[in-house]
Amino acid sequence: MRRMSPLLWIAALCVAIILICAAFGETVAPQSPDTQRLLVGDTRPSAEFLAGTDNLGRDVLSRTIVGARTAILGPTVIALGAFAIATLLGLVAGYFGGRIDGAIMRTVDVILALPGPLIAIVVVGVTGGGYWTAVGVLTLLFVAPDTRIVRSAVLAQRSQPYIEACRIQNIPRHRILFVHILPNVLPLILSYVVLDFAFALVNLAGLSFLGLGVEPGTADWGRMLFENRQILFTNPASVLLPAATIVVTAGAINMLGDHFRERTAP
Amino acid sequence: MTRMTGSLARFVLWRLAGTIPLLLVISFLVFVLVQLAPGDAASALTGGRPTSTEALEALRAKYNLNEPLPVQYGLWLWDALHLDFGTSIQTRQPVVQAIAARLGLSLWLTAYATAIVLAFGIPLGIAAALNRGGRFDRTIVTLSVLGVSTPAFVSGLFLLYYLGFVLGWFPVFGAGRGALDRAWHLTLPAIALALTVMAIVVKITRAAVLEELERDYIGFARARGVSSRRIVLHYLLRNALVPVVTAASVILVAIMAGSIYVETTFALPGLGSLLVDAVRQRDIPLIQGATLAFSVFVVAVNLATDLIYALIDPRIRFAGAAR
Repeated sequence: MRRMSPLLWIAALCVAIILICAAFGETVAPQSPDTQRLLVGDTRPSAEFLAGTDNLGRDVLSRTIVGARTAILGPTVIALGAFAIATLLGLVAGYFGGRIDGAIMRTVDVILALPGPLIAIVVVGVTGGGYWTAVGVLTLLFVAPDTRIVRSAVLAQRSQPYIEACRIQNIPRHRILFVHILPNVLPLILSYVVLDFAFALVNLAGLSFLGLGVEPGTADWGRMLFENRQILFTNPASVLLPAATIVVTAGAINMLGDHFRERTAP
Repeated sequence: MTRMTGSLARFVLWRLAGTIPLLLVISFLVFVLVQLAPGDAASALTGGRPTSTEALEALRAKYNLNEPLPVQYGLWLWDALHLDFGTSIQTRQPVVQAIAARLGLSLWLTAYATAIVLAFGIPLGIAAALNRGGRFDRTIVTLSVLGVSTPAFVSGLFLLYYLGFVLGWFPVFGAGRGALDRAWHLTLPAIALALTVMAIVVKITRAAVLEELERDYIGFARARGVSSRRIVLHYLLRNALVPVVTAASVILVAIMAGSIYVETTFALPGLGSLLVDAVRQRDIPLIQGATLAFSVFVVAVNLATDLIYALIDPRIRFAGAAR
């Protein structure tokens, strides 16, 4: 087992802080995140507002802290949801092969040939958007590449002697799939769930940045970039703080994901 | 020789035939977008604005909305094949004209970013692999993880603020006139667009070079006393770049998707910002036209990569034709 480098410990610490912010945002935040101070307007960082305020006089630091919630919740649903569906499809395609495999994988090929980010923008935008629509669309788009990963992992297991032994003993197929193959491919799947999470976070933030993801008024990193883009030059902290938070969070999770994947890779 | 060209021809035909159902699927998805919008199709086509009953009736007639869905699709597809996507609801401009006016800038930006990605990504990946485990390698690996985690709109905002505003090295607004001025204006957007994708290219190149270094022929060449420089430039590079060529479509699609965000960040008048504006205003004909333009680009890129790959590596075309 490889030891965790100092950088990985920092990454783990960052993720822990973000998780605390997502769970207890309102308690941790120094100010109320949604309180508007129209007379204050947008101000640069000060003793009272550590990262300044936005156009409506809302505290940028508090909104960034509370924004961890939409940044964690949606990607969790996307990463786990996509992999739940992909695991089922991948197990079936990889184990049974033949016509079922062909049907599933051709569909996957078609979806992978489509420009995913573009579809997300268009579908979320045209349907009137909203956070959960975005989460749903991204979940479906993530199923295709994930199915490919699970299927190839299952194919590698299928030719192993222990599976042959199971077949000879007449163990029912669903039992072979879920009791014998699944536990062996699960570590690999989970390391990809972590990487999917980071990718989903960036994609969701992107939709919010275009004004399509979360509802107006929500404290969300992508939405903050969308709203504060106009005051970038006069009040940079209002944009650069949520922007940096996106990079740090996604970077920390990617680093941990890479570490786990290297450890589980055959 | 004839057998080889025969199999290549068969591969090309097989691959070309494969794009037709794909384009049909895409066009159908684009067509049913109207149905996804809240309310009925006619009111979706007005962009949700209050309209008189006569006007709605006229719209229904114009877009054949009283016909059954498959007939509607057929008529729409027929027009689309003749590059007629109707007119924009907001500007009353024909959709094709609106797209043509914006296409140039997007192609410029994409080409510029691709050049940066290849010029820096491949050498960095090779250098990191040759320095495996060293300080330079670890720095590059960490930076590439950071790069993958930084979406183009975030790096764009940072570049805009520091290089554009604080240091004042680059213009922060507009797309420029004339080739030189345009290149000058598009430098920051192109860098923002290139950074994320470059990280992917560095990762792929580094992994490919590391794998090639393990091969027997490298050890053999070393044993024969061939210089490291010659080994890398003459033998290793050619084999190591195959995975990069394979990833070309992933790279170009990532650049294309990123351009939508970058054009919005820098307020550039390209195809991406046209699409985003159309989506925000629910300008259905314009969305359909722009989405189809992007999709055809992606399909064409995928096709081109597959064909180039088949030319380089004969194993691919045999596997393909055998299916």
